[in-house]
Amino acid sequence: MTLPLIIYRSLRQHALSTFVTAAGIALACGLLMCVWMVKTQSQAAFTQTATGFDAVLGARGSKLQLVLNAIFHLEASPGNLAAADFEGIRRHPMVKTAIPIAVGDNLRGFRLVGTGPELFNVEYAPGKKFTLRAGGKLFAADAKEAVAGSFAAQRLKLKVGDKFRPFHGLAFDPKAEHADDFTVTGILAPTNTPVDRVIWIPLRGLQLMSGHDAKYATDVSAVLLQFRAPTAGFMLDTMINKQGTKMTMAYPVGAIIAELFGKIAWFDQVLALVAYLVALVAAGSVLASIYNSMSARRRDLAILRALGARRRTIFGAVLAEAAAIGALGAAAGFAVYFGLFAGVASVIRAQTGVVLDLGAKHPVLWICPLAMIGLCALGGIVPALKAYRTPVAETLAPVS
Amino acid sequence: MLALADLRKSFLSPEGERVEIVNVPAFALAAGEQLALRGESGSGKTTFLNLIAGILAADSGRVSLDGVEMTALSESKRDRLRADKLGYIFQTFNLLQGYTVLENVVLGMSFGPRGADRAHAREVLRRVGLEHRLDHFPRQLSTGQQQRVAVARALANRPKLVLADEPTGNLDRKHARESLALIREVCREQDATLLLVSHDEEVLGQFETRKDFGEINRASVELPLK
Repeated sequence: MTLPLIIYRSLRQHALSTFVTAAGIALACGLLMCVWMVKTQSQAAFTQTATGFDAVLGARGSKLQLVLNAIFHLEASPGNLAAADFEGIRRHPMVKTAIPIAVGDNLRGFRLVGTGPELFNVEYAPGKKFTLRAGGKLFAADAKEAVAGSFAAQRLKLKVGDKFRPFHGLAFDPKAEHADDFTVTGILAPTNTPVDRVIWIPLRGLQLMSGHDAKYATDVSAVLLQFRAPTAGFMLDTMINKQGTKMTMAYPVGAIIAELFGKIAWFDQVLALVAYLVALVAAGSVLASIYNSMSARRRDLAILRALGARRRTIFGAVLAEAAAIGALGAAAGFAVYFGLFAGVASVIRAQTGVVLDLGAKHPVLWICPLAMIGLCALGGIVPALKAYRTPVAETLAPVS
Repeated sequence: MLALADLRKSFLSPEGERVEIVNVPAFALAAGEQLALRGESGSGKTTFLNLIAGILAADSGRVSLDGVEMTALSESKRDRLRADKLGYIFQTFNLLQGYTVLENVVLGMSFGPRGADRAHAREVLRRVGLEHRLDHFPRQLSTGQQQRVAVARALANRPKLVLADEPTGNLDRKHARESLALIREVCREQDATLLLVSHDEEVLGQFETRKDFGEINRASVELPLK
């Protein structure tokens, strides 16, 4: 009971510095956990997205751009594929499914993607198929109809039966409105994938949109592929990417995204370094905060010693106080973490459709707070040594 | 109960000279005895009490408390012995300002072998008339009440020896008398030996047994060192 009482009273006596120091630690701890969790979760979420397709075929260009455009609905299309090329791959004996997509229009910033209704028969994740909310139906391949992803529908306040006119381009320009009227026939249930941010219309609807160049009316932007066997990917990769010059096949999709994360690993490292530095500064602030208050505490420590407290008790009390400040900070760090993570996750979701799980567990969520408490205890060693050396008689009273 | 032999303590003066403050060839107190030592300010009497309490290391000599030679013990064991057998009432009370009255007294018991006993701490505080001030902080008390907390803290661990350094120095005459009577009475109740030092003749006059500090201390240096 003695040690907790000494720690509690000391923290109370220096409440302001305790609060400021713990707040710094909370920030450091929350930041570290957030950086780590966003990094690992976004990497996992991005690389696991689109497991429904093995590869993406598109015009000659960057594989990453192809994947970002066709799967994540980010970036512009690297170019078009002619209808003949699409037919060629669709009929290839190793290809099980080939679903064309066409992009180039938007509805108030949300991308319109032209495709075939067969897209919605594909499992977007193992065992998970697209479903429509009650009262909705898929668009007909030859009608000016649309099915909205859940996030896009929510943001645009779309419901079944609504009519809209698309805008040309991937970025919203109010002056670039098309003359075609589309009717919403269904809203997709949330999938927590980039599909949620898209408004899906029939392929022909996009190809034949008023104002589009008739020359390209049969072109597609990309083809999403499923193979009959894993070996097909390697064979087609050789055939299309190495021997061919006209098209690019991004295969396997997960590896392309992993490559992206590999390329931006330095950014992670910089973030992690910043977070580590913040943690070190926080631990340093514990040292400075307790050390600076030592002259005010010396008398109390000397009184405790005069009452019979051993040097190691005093040393331990100061060390435990530093650890307690670390523990307070680490506990508050979870609030910072949840706040930051929720903010970052909502931005990532709005921008990419990828959903990060706030409730996800990861060892960093206990390693980081414990390490922070340990660091703070380390920071407490210097003031604890000073406390250890406090001369009792000299501190307590003038000699008489 | 208390026996000293050849106890010496010196300090370095600002000029770098070693100046002897305490030089007590022999001194003893029997169990239950109450002795007042008369000494002027700067005569080294606080240093003398600090040496007995073991919060200041002697240059040489022996201090034996309740049959245990303190000066032969390690610092840690000396701390434990102090927590177990000694109560110290300081002139400036030395209460912990951030702790309540009850916590101050509980802490006075915490470091000894019997440990903290809140019920006993309450009882001692009741004995000194502070049962209604348990949750107050020292700054919320009068000087006299603070002094009584210091008395309660010194006596709460049932010490064998109580050292009191000018315990009434900060009190007016009336409160000083009352306070002194309380200290002596509680020491008697607990069968504790009392060694009090003071320069106040009225305080000293209340003791049947008193001595001049100069009689037992051969060093004759006036403190603080100049």
